[in-house]
Amino acid sequence: MNALSVKNISYAYGKTQILKNVSFDVSQDKIVCLLGASGCGKTTTLRTIAGLIKPSSGSIAIDGNTVFDYGTCMPPEKRGLGMVFQDHSLFPHLTVSGNIEFGIKHIAKKARQQRMFEMLELVQMPDVAKRYPHELSGGQQQRIAIARAMARQPKLMLLDEPFSNIDHQTRFQIIAKVKSIFKAQGVTAIFVTHNEDEASAFADRLVRFNQGEVCEATQFKT
Amino acid sequence: MYKCSANQIGIWILSLILISPIIVPIAQIFIPEGQIFEHLWQTVLPTYTLNTLIMIIGVCLLSAFFAIPSAWFMARCDIPGKKHLQWLLLLPLAMPSYVVAYIYTDLFDYAGPIQTALRNIFGWSSPNDYWFFDIRSLYGGILILSLALYPYLYLLARASFLEQSQNMVDVSRIHGCTPWSSFRRISLPLARPAIVVGLSLIAMETVADFATMNYFAINTLTTAVYDVWLGYGSLNAAAKIAAMVLLIIFVLLGIERISRRRQQQIQRSMGLDNLQKHKLKGWEKIGALSLCWFLVIFGFGLPFFILLEYAWNYWGNSWNQQFLLSTWHSLMIASIAALLTLLVAVIFGFVNRVYPGRLSRIPARISTMGYAMPGTILAVGVLIPLTVIDHCFNNVSEYFWNDHVGLILSGTIFAVIFAYVVRFSSISIGTIESSLSKLPENYDGASRTLGCPPLKMFITVHLPLIRKGCLVATLLVFIEAMKELPAVLLLRPFNFETLATTVFQYVSDEMLQYAALPAIILVLAGLIPLLIINRSLERSHS
Repeated sequence: MNALSVKNISYAYGKTQILKNVSFDVSQDKIVCLLGASGCGKTTTLRTIAGLIKPSSGSIAIDGNTVFDYGTCMPPEKRGLGMVFQDHSLFPHLTVSGNIEFGIKHIAKKARQQRMFEMLELVQMPDVAKRYPHELSGGQQQRIAIARAMARQPKLMLLDEPFSNIDHQTRFQIIAKVKSIFKAQGVTAIFVTHNEDEASAFADRLVRFNQGEVCEATQFKT
Repeated sequence: MYKCSANQIGIWILSLILISPIIVPIAQIFIPEGQIFEHLWQTVLPTYTLNTLIMIIGVCLLSAFFAIPSAWFMARCDIPGKKHLQWLLLLPLAMPSYVVAYIYTDLFDYAGPIQTALRNIFGWSSPNDYWFFDIRSLYGGILILSLALYPYLYLLARASFLEQSQNMVDVSRIHGCTPWSSFRRISLPLARPAIVVGLSLIAMETVADFATMNYFAINTLTTAVYDVWLGYGSLNAAAKIAAMVLLIIFVLLGIERISRRRQQQIQRSMGLDNLQKHKLKGWEKIGALSLCWFLVIFGFGLPFFILLEYAWNYWGNSWNQQFLLSTWHSLMIASIAALLTLLVAVIFGFVNRVYPGRLSRIPARISTMGYAMPGTILAVGVLIPLTVIDHCFNNVSEYFWNDHVGLILSGTIFAVIFAYVVRFSSISIGTIESSLSKLPENYDGASRTLGCPPLKMFITVHLPLIRKGCLVATLLVFIEAMKELPAVLLLRPFNFETLATTVFQYVSDEMLQYAALPAIILVLAGLIPLLIINRSLERSHS
């Protein structure tokens, strides 16, 4: 069974057609890259999968469960996803621990704290729990954003240009680190970028976008 | 395709409640009444309309003469004491114009110290011996309102001059412009939209002014609403005159909105760079300093000093039970109004954020129209629907329990608070909207994908991050509500005095000295938002 199945998704903003019949599948434990120039619809695709944008037609299924079609529109909080944004979007009024625990408030306090520390260990930043986001570097913030998204043990991770705000020198070290975490944990992920080098370094498979349409799907050698 | 959520329906209902006092006077046009309006239309209303228009044009012209040069001096020139002058020039806005009017009447009247001193010096014995400027006239009204209102224009024009790119000025200078012609041909046209916004705000305040006009016996449409209501007892005729005022207000609002949009377009095309300051010399410097200090001294310094002197000399008579009670009333209704308007703004902010789109945006926009409503007009608009509801209550209670419950809404502080919420919601809606717009949209995406439903997201993420905006909104509404006079004058229950009505009452009884202490409190309350505005302006240009 595919971790994600997107079928004929279309979306228009006013009179502008942003997505035209976008379809692709993502297998379990794979990292798929949506690649394309700015404004080609790749971020919009990611946001429709997350449920932050409602497509005008098509269907989306996660782990075989339909989350969007003509009669269904599951809200984002019920889709069981993790999402990481280009600007990290860590909540500035919460500490690192507050940010990581944000999505797992339903768990008992002790287990929650334990999960938080596990996530910090996972991203190799065990000592920053009490710090605020502005006290961290861009790369550190990105790893905390990943830890926050992974704390919920999502079925699928969505990453929107996650490495574009990190300087060139450290970018590929972080990509390698995040990829090893995802592979070790068996995470299925979709990430969006316009950078071919990032795509080949991080992804197993490539879905190329052009003017709101999928124009090519490539499998990298692993 | 677009589905309307229950939340959106909720804010549409809320906004309809908030604009009902605007709709009501307009609806009254179509309801026939006795002969009063027709009689007024054939006798005094044309004169009142003319007075209103003369006041608008006069105040706008004189304010422009005061504000545009002073804004230019502060933004683009180097003059001594500029660091302090730029905020001192804002202070007249904290002075309720009617207080300034009362003080200058006291000062410049026949029995006042200035004319008395002149008579003593020159040996004049009667008014026939000399000519002296009559302050209680249309021209006096124009002068007083201009002194009190010019800071609106000063504030906007100064910000616009500060935002203009030095490159544009340099290009004009290279092409042969002197500093003066560069100001006339480049800076002034670029600042025109901001100037029009400022002038339309001043015009709206002029139309809304009740207390100064009433004291100077200048009959305008706004004072006519008050007189027709209390004199003839005709709410319907008052509402018809109110609709005439609303027509003027709508035209001004339209001009203001269009100019604001143009200003934003100009702002986007201009970068902030280091402005070179023009150094004033000789007569230029003397002229600039004279104008700025004239405005500071006569708009704020002198009236405030006189208030302080009165308050000091009459402390024993002013500090009494009535003063404490009216302070308590002012604090109480201003606090309730501030918290309610904050609640309204937060509800609009939440729905706009979670369900973006025109269906959410329009109710918030139309709910901000109350701010342009003159207090007297607002009072008419509030009282008519509340009276109808009260009558319904009484009919129902008489039918079922054979009991008369009296006035529940219209004769109580509920009416005052409702009027405040209608009038001041725009302040809190604007402040909360601007705070929310600064939060990246990805915060919403992050918290929603982390399992947070919309309301919980708004409470746990957005509200803590906009708490400063909430505080500023509450404070601004609180202060405006403390100062509001005409609406409370018409809507308050019997024997319910606020600081503003106390000042008005004392002064109407020619007892300015007892009004000084409450007036000082109103002025000090008015200074707080000015300091906030000035600080934020300074920070954005530092």
